Amino acid sequence: MEILIKNIRVIDPYCKIDSIRDVLISGASFSQISKSIHKKNPKTIDGTGLWLIPGLIDMHCHLREPGNEGEETILSGSISAAAGGFTTICCMANTDPPVDNKVVAGYIFEKAKNAPIKVLPYGTITAGRKGTSLSPMGELSEAGVIGFSDDGNCVMDSLIFRRALEYSKPWGKIVISHSEDQILAKNGVMNEGILSTKLGLRGIPAEAEHIMVYRDISLAKLTGAKLHLAHLTTKKSLDLVREAKKEFKNITCEVAVHHLVLTEDALSNYDANAKVNPPLRTQQDIRALVKGIKENIIDAIVTDHAPHSEEEKGSGIENAPFGMIGFETALPLAMSLVKYGLKPIQIIEKLTIGPARVLKIQPGTITQGAEANCVIFDPEKEWVVTKDNILSQSKNTPFLNKKIKGKVLYTFHRGNIVYSDKSMSQNKGC
Amino acid sequence: MNWKRKDLLGLQDLSREDIEYILDTAVSFKEVSARPVKKVPALRGKTLVNLFFEPSTRTKTSFELAGKRLSADVLNFEVGTSSVSKGETIVDTARNIEAMKVDCFIVRHSVSGAPFLISNSVKAAVINAGDGCHEHPTQALLDLFTVREVFGKISGLRIAIIGDIFHSRVARSNIWGFTKLGAKVIVCGPPTLIPAGIEKIGVSVCYCLVEAIKNADIVYLLRLQKERQQENFFPSQSEYRDFFGFDMEKFNLAKNKFFLMHPGPMNRGLEISTETAEKENSLILQQVTNGIAVRMAVLYLTVRNIQ
Repeated sequence: MEILIKNIRVIDPYCKIDSIRDVLISGASFSQISKSIHKKNPKTIDGTGLWLIPGLIDMHCHLREPGNEGEETILSGSISAAAGGFTTICCMANTDPPVDNKVVAGYIFEKAKNAPIKVLPYGTITAGRKGTSLSPMGELSEAGVIGFSDDGNCVMDSLIFRRALEYSKPWGKIVISHSEDQILAKNGVMNEGILSTKLGLRGIPAEAEHIMVYRDISLAKLTGAKLHLAHLTTKKSLDLVREAKKEFKNITCEVAVHHLVLTEDALSNYDANAKVNPPLRTQQDIRALVKGIKENIIDAIVTDHAPHSEEEKGSGIENAPFGMIGFETALPLAMSLVKYGLKPIQIIEKLTIGPARVLKIQPGTITQGAEANCVIFDPEKEWVVTKDNILSQSKNTPFLNKKIKGKVLYTFHRGNIVYSDKSMSQNKGC
Repeated sequence: MNWKRKDLLGLQDLSREDIEYILDTAVSFKEVSARPVKKVPALRGKTLVNLFFEPSTRTKTSFELAGKRLSADVLNFEVGTSSVSKGETIVDTARNIEAMKVDCFIVRHSVSGAPFLISNSVKAAVINAGDGCHEHPTQALLDLFTVREVFGKISGLRIAIIGDIFHSRVARSNIWGFTKLGAKVIVCGPPTLIPAGIEKIGVSVCYCLVEAIKNADIVYLLRLQKERQQENFFPSQSEYRDFFGFDMEKFNLAKNKFFLMHPGPMNRGLEISTETAEKENSLILQQVTNGIAVRMAVLYLTVRNIQ
């Protein structure tokens, strides 16, 4: 099948292109990209006013299979991700049972065969994510995991974490730290400050993150292993990474979309959907994170998509689990950062080649011969997030019933349309 | 002034005028409880539900009596925390009861913000009877009422609130109430039990009890929850008593004419010594009496407009 996309703004950070092109997709790959393509009878999409972006990579999400299929499955999660423009997603290992052996990893790969996009699982750092003994990192590597993470838990024991970093080296895969001193953060619900005091909620001080970021960087330097710091939230954390990156190349880090667009104020009406870990911080932290993107201190923007049921989130904010869903709102929300002076291509870089470099996987690119993984995005289209239009099985987002500007219209994976916006399928025959 | 709010969730969002209006309304209701027939027909035909997710005796009783003295029907609905963890959300519980056509929920919950969730999803009035560490507005209102009764005013008074500020919804509501009405509030306790940034909401912080009560018109002692010791907020109960317990020695260092308050129930011999609790300048029982009048006023103002 051939699809011709006419007159579209191609934004491809890999080739550093940002200009209007015609793009022809033939079969699974891009067959032609030029200023004007004339072709008899291909299916045509008018790209006027729209953007064509390489398929996005989310290196941090949670699917709930195996264990909590009522909240999300590998299939439902990947359908939701496709709707957000993602063609590769990396799912965290905190399933039930966790991915701490090749059988569970194999189960996920097996299920992922039915997914419309590429799903790559992480393995755990420690057995059972308990933080006390190493997982079989060699076995997991050979089973194909993309890296190691106990996400949701910090490996509190510094000796175990040191051993994990050291032991992982022969396989060359990243070890991801959920950098948070969980003893200092104990029972915390939100960022510690005047707002937590007013709301009567226990706070998580920013220091809980800094302490562990410092420890993790120190251990990465000591061992020379590849450390990736997950979902950083504060200025101080970025300062530590900035310093470390000057002399040591094996450190990378990411920021979650919600930490870039929401502050702790999202909790002022006790919206449990805004309860995330690490917690939403302040406007000052957002400015520092944006600066981190500008200066390339931050390697990737992630969703940290974390589905939870309404029952769990409705049990009162202190009892509710941490996490919000994020696939379907990620790209438009990330694009809203242009208001801080970021260029679209800079933002897209952090959703494509940025994570690809961290993970050492092939980045998406819109060039002749490349696999046709791409997204058609309407930067102006406004839409309202509702329980009905969310494709994820869970609906836990503080953006529920809020208007968002920017919408993914199509997602292509290997030349197949794996998502098309309702308005598109109604009007045209694609 | 015309009261338009459906709910009373906290004092943070109320204006000085709102608070004074409730207190003024309570004055007329106080007299009802002094009559031989302690009942007025103000809320006849209305149904109030004491929806308590956390055990409470005096607050629940006080609301129940307040409702009954207004001729409302009062239902006590105690929800074990276990049934909540079995999948029914807070909102489910409230909607189920609302389906039985009730006019008001009086909500007590161990989780901060729980009454907000209910308020957003029911048409009935919602009164916060204490949520987590957040607010306990009717307690603060009855405290304000009592102080106003004793001093004839609140503006210009010095109020020292002593104890576990961190976990205290009573402290938070009282801080909002007293500062909005022009009093000077000093909070005092071990630094571990003073929450982050509290001075930014207009109170002074003091770690020394003697310093805090000097020149105070009201010494307000909070109940110490003994289980906090397990979390290492302070080394031991005896150390707490030595530094933050109110006894005769501290009593004698206080102002000549000061009054003692406590939200109850008291830990005698811990935050308050028996001797001081029974001094004639203790307002503790007057607080309890006034609780009925204030709660009658709050119920009357919010529930009468519910259709």
